[in-house]
Amino acid sequence: MAEAQNIPVGSTTAGQIAVAAESTVATRMSVPPSFDVADFPVPHGREEEWRFTPLERLRGLHDGTAVATGTGVKVDVQAPEGVTVETVGRDDARIGKAGTPVDRVAAQAYSAFEQAGVITVPKETVLTEPIRVAVHGEGGTAYGHQVVELGAFAEAVVVIDHTGDAVLAANVDYILGDGAKLTVISVQDWDDKAVHVGQHNALIGRDATFKSFVVTFGGDLVRLHPRVAYAGPGGEAELFGLYFTDAGQHQEHRLLVDHNTPHCKSNVAYKGALQGDDAHAVWIGDVLIEAKAEGTDTYEMNRNLVLTDGARVDSVPNLEIETGEIVGAGHASATGRFDDEQLFYLMARGIPADEARRLVVRGFFAELVQQIGVDDIEERLLVKIDEELEASV
Amino acid sequence: MATLEIRDLHVTVEADNATKEILKGVDLTVKQGETHAIMGPNGSGKSTLAYSLAGHPKYTITEGTVTLDGEDVLEMSVDERARAGLFLAMQYPVEVPGVSVSNFLRTSATAIRGEAPKLRTWVKEVKEAMQNLNMDPSFAERNVNEGFSGGEKKRHEILQLELLKPKIAILDETDSGLDVDALRVVSEGVNRVRGTGEVGTLLITHYTRILRYIKPDYVHVFSAGRIAESGGAELADKLEEEGYEAYTKGGVSA
Repeated sequence: MAEAQNIPVGSTTAGQIAVAAESTVATRMSVPPSFDVADFPVPHGREEEWRFTPLERLRGLHDGTAVATGTGVKVDVQAPEGVTVETVGRDDARIGKAGTPVDRVAAQAYSAFEQAGVITVPKETVLTEPIRVAVHGEGGTAYGHQVVELGAFAEAVVVIDHTGDAVLAANVDYILGDGAKLTVISVQDWDDKAVHVGQHNALIGRDATFKSFVVTFGGDLVRLHPRVAYAGPGGEAELFGLYFTDAGQHQEHRLLVDHNTPHCKSNVAYKGALQGDDAHAVWIGDVLIEAKAEGTDTYEMNRNLVLTDGARVDSVPNLEIETGEIVGAGHASATGRFDDEQLFYLMARGIPADEARRLVVRGFFAELVQQIGVDDIEERLLVKIDEELEASV
Repeated sequence: MATLEIRDLHVTVEADNATKEILKGVDLTVKQGETHAIMGPNGSGKSTLAYSLAGHPKYTITEGTVTLDGEDVLEMSVDERARAGLFLAMQYPVEVPGVSVSNFLRTSATAIRGEAPKLRTWVKEVKEAMQNLNMDPSFAERNVNEGFSGGEKKRHEILQLELLKPKIAILDETDSGLDVDALRVVSEGVNRVRGTGEVGTLLITHYTRILRYIKPDYVHVFSAGRIAESGGAELADKLEEEGYEAYTKGGVSA
């Protein structure tokens, strides 16, 4: 068994490793998971799972006052041959199999959506082109649900691209059959006023591999719960994220990896850059290694780069271990500033200040961007990063 | 011929809510092709001089002038000074995570030269310069100064000196923390640049050791924020034998 802890902190970073004493991951939520919104009281903001979120900016998603409008979001799915794309009713058996809502907004979305999208990649089908799901906000309020299911040994890349303006609460289920390989890239490239809250559940089959990129640039408020659990041994999850939080934006990523099955792996790496007044990024990284999950190998990491004064990061890694019979478990969180000394060093080599900043931020994100493997998305992210930087100068 | 002229330079720094004058009237002229050693005890202001010339924001110039070929250096931003031909090899180079050495060098060379170096010749140029400094090629893929040993940091500074070819090079305690082998390699790098005759060198050091490898034309003893004595290479020999005692006890004043 190996443990690692590395938290060279800014004052807003907190972390802990709990070894089977009191359950901190399980008690993080004030209410047990449920599909029914009525099981969750309206949050008042002091609950553990809501304490970082400005409730008044949720536009009523949390208290039942946000009513779906006809023109909420437009969803367009482009899928290669061999993939089944369906729109189904609430009673479809495939909905909700990957996980249960853990907070009131996720339950609200589950209780309020009228139709769900289901994308199915049949067993042993290996796609060479990505499936693209374009979610475009049309200025209204919407609730949604999406299911992506891969049969045994199927392989696929899915890009879910959020643009436009909307108030959206939507959950996504990823179901991976045995030996399946799924890469998901969820891009939150919203307009400035958008509000987007959702829970992304992945259920990873035996020997299956799930790779997720959550990329958040836009929106007034984005709060996502990427969650992973395993349906059999040998599963692997890689959860990558990058966010660029600007003045006034609230971007919150709350992860849970539930090692509920022996001999599974997980690797979490989220990186964020922040700039401007009241830019607020929240990262919660919960990893739970249950007593039965012997042979677990897990590592989680969050890095933040604060580019200007006035920005705030709350980074809370949390590792809970109920068995000592594991391969490895570690976490790290660090929040650094692009500081005057780095700027001086680069400028002393003739590099102008704005270019120095671009060099550092591109470098900071590069290792994650390069792993995406979808060229047009990689290219768009680099352009986006440059745009964000130029907006700040 | 490029000339750096420092006249009556006074510099203050803010420390513990007080303004402290560190440099108290420095006069020095460094011409292309010349090597000046600046020696002095700890706290005499040697590094302050180096960082003030490069434009570090921590230091405030209260009096005096600095010109490079007649151009007012103090009016220039940090990057403008570098592009004008000033180079500071730092005693404690900072880590720049996420930026590879190769990307950094190319970005810097592009800025200094005013155009991107042609890729083929550039790769060859960097490779040769690294070989000369006994640097492994894998070095180029590491992040700037991240996890570098003391010796690696200094080699990396001298690598930049060789590639950027400044008019005036200020070497701030480049010898500190180096073992004899590393000192020799780094000194050879400096001497290659000096050998072109196109750089004026301001070699700041606490020890005379490096002067066995890099022969200065002039030696200046720094004390209490100004140059207390100037001479030729023989002054270093005197310091080697007698140390800085005569200067720290206030025996010599300007």
